[in-house]
Amino acid sequence: MKISVITFPGSNCDYDCYKALRDVVGVDAEFRWHKDRELGGADAVILPGGFSYGDYLRAGSIARFSPIMEKVVEFAADGGPVLGICNGFQILCEAGLLPGALLRNEGLTFQSHDVHLRVENAETLFTSGYQKGQVLRMPIAHGEGNYHADTETLSRLEGDGRIVFRYVNAEGETTPWANPNGSAHHIAGILNEPGNVLGMMPHPERAVEEILGSTDGLGIFTSLVEHLSATAPAPS
Amino acid sequence: MSRHRVEVLIRPRPGLLDPEGKAIHHALASLGFQGVEEVRGGKSVSLEVEAKDPAEARERAEEMCRKLLANPVMEDYEIQMAGDDVPEGA
Repeated sequence: MKISVITFPGSNCDYDCYKALRDVVGVDAEFRWHKDRELGGADAVILPGGFSYGDYLRAGSIARFSPIMEKVVEFAADGGPVLGICNGFQILCEAGLLPGALLRNEGLTFQSHDVHLRVENAETLFTSGYQKGQVLRMPIAHGEGNYHADTETLSRLEGDGRIVFRYVNAEGETTPWANPNGSAHHIAGILNEPGNVLGMMPHPERAVEEILGSTDGLGIFTSLVEHLSATAPAPS
Repeated sequence: MSRHRVEVLIRPRPGLLDPEGKAIHHALASLGFQGVEEVRGGKSVSLEVEAKDPAEARERAEEMCRKLLANPVMEDYEIQMAGDDVPEGA
């Protein structure tokens, strides 16, 4: 089993993802450069956080046309698991793999602090290790995380259980103060329709060891690895 | 073929929260500029496009907007032909 972490010029959480996978979860991971045209037989792909192409034009808008993204789009269309974190989420929206867009934070300022998330759907391949309603703590670090979509899209996301994480307070309530960026419906993470692509603004890779202050993000990686082990062809 | 100057204006869609415009609005008011009814943020991209005529240059700019320059989920765009031929080396 191997998970590819894509490095774009300006990615800065690629090594954190790589380390979380290799050193904490104990699974094979490799970097793929944005100019690569092959995913190298990866079983899952992670688009990490950062500021790809300096966030020029719109966050994620230029990375979306990187050579590797053609393969990522194909991989996702074939049902391959793709996780986009922060800038990775923005890239997934720009690429049309997830609906909606991430606007400038409502308060205009860059937000860098821990947030609480409520797991809204624990029946996805990324969240099976959590309980529905569980409250997680992990960091955010973004200037454009204000999730926006038209009303129809939002009600479809709600109805289909595709809102995976919502910003809440420590008690698990969606109070206005718990929403760090003005996201519609307190959305912190959404799933695509088939359920194999997850985008989220918070950083689970920065919450995988006690020394980082939280291990609440680990479940995303272990859920994914468990899913891959369960679906892997039997060794011949 | 000649070179055509094209200005692309990209603005947040009307009705969509525009925190940047709002912040500029507040700053203008605090500087004493009264009577400013609305402020919208946005950006412009200036292009010099090789094309046989202005119509073709505009058409190509349209395609660039649809593909890359604007995101229809959050932005509207407006294309202005800034002038006719730009002399070589200008």
